[in-house]
Amino acid sequence: MELTERHVEGLKELLYKMADDLLILGHRNSEWTGLGPVLEEDIAFSSMAQDKLGQSLALFELLHELGENIPDIVAFTRNDKQFHNCHLVEMPIGEYDFSLARHFFYDHADALRFAMLENSSFEGLSMISRKFKGEIKYHTMHADVWMKQLSYGTEESKARMQSAINEVFPLALGIFEEGEFEAELIEAGIFIGEAALKAQWLEKVGAELHKYGYTLPDPEAVIPALGGRKGFHTEHLQPLLNEMSEVFQIDPGADW
Amino acid sequence: MIIKSLDPRITRAGIDDESKDGIQQPMDQWHTYEVFQQKKRGTHHVHVGSLHAPDAELAVLFAKEQYARRGQCVNLWVVKTSDVFATEYEDEDIFATTPEKKYREPEVYKVMDRIQAFKAKQNS
Repeated sequence: MELTERHVEGLKELLYKMADDLLILGHRNSEWTGLGPVLEEDIAFSSMAQDKLGQSLALFELLHELGENIPDIVAFTRNDKQFHNCHLVEMPIGEYDFSLARHFFYDHADALRFAMLENSSFEGLSMISRKFKGEIKYHTMHADVWMKQLSYGTEESKARMQSAINEVFPLALGIFEEGEFEAELIEAGIFIGEAALKAQWLEKVGAELHKYGYTLPDPEAVIPALGGRKGFHTEHLQPLLNEMSEVFQIDPGADW
Repeated sequence: MIIKSLDPRITRAGIDDESKDGIQQPMDQWHTYEVFQQKKRGTHHVHVGSLHAPDAELAVLFAKEQYARRGQCVNLWVVKTSDVFATEYEDEDIFATTPEKKYREPEVYKVMDRIQAFKAKQNS
């Protein structure tokens, strides 16, 4: 079908929130580089953080094709109010249990979203969804194995993971905050919509956690962390942006 | 004194330079695993190194990032190092005469020159 202006606006909104989530979480997770619990895990977690930056770059490039500025400018010159990421990804890394629970919830949502987008009517998105499929599969494998391992580690490891799950879950619900153009995206076959994605995700993470003896909190009983998609952020985002763009800001015109 | 570093993450952590927190204890639940990588289906798995992991499931996940994140790979094996039974270096002399046993290798067959000459002709 012929895309109207509202379809294109909706598409951009979708691309921006995905790209911003990946950029911010990629940056956050890279904060573990050199500080990870053991060398092998440090390498794996850092490599996945790099994957996320690569995925966000691919999305920013699609945005550029739709008329937005070049990726470096978009990534490094906006302030927090111009970012569309959910609160989940901007929270500080905390202890490793928090970062693992965030990794688990986010990456399952990401995997399901990209799987849906393989069938998107927007070819650019369906192409990169197929491209990153294996990479994202590894991310969910890694998250699942840690959930499992820590469930039968010790009393402490299981209790800490359950409490991290409880803490992260309301933040994770913020991933599915609906935008202004849900109906247009669904109508044009670009994306199946946040509500459908959330339902699939709840089923998936619920089943996965149940396997290892954890409890998924009741989504109706918690308050989702909303606002991020509309530019309302916690106090943690702007300092992250300052740090992330520090080198770029020294000489924005530099040729790398 | 709090450690100040050019790396903002270190400064943020507020680590006391007198602190003994960072002193590593030996790991009691982790083992080493040997990693074997297969680059193409049908070829041999080749030993590429070792790593620490609590069990085989995490060992293969770590192996993917540590040894197979660049270049081609289709399959990985991990084997607990303690499960590898090896010869002793003091018995190295059992191999002493093997380099002399060229007659066991097809490369030294008398007809080899002719085979090579034939191959060269085929390729030219």
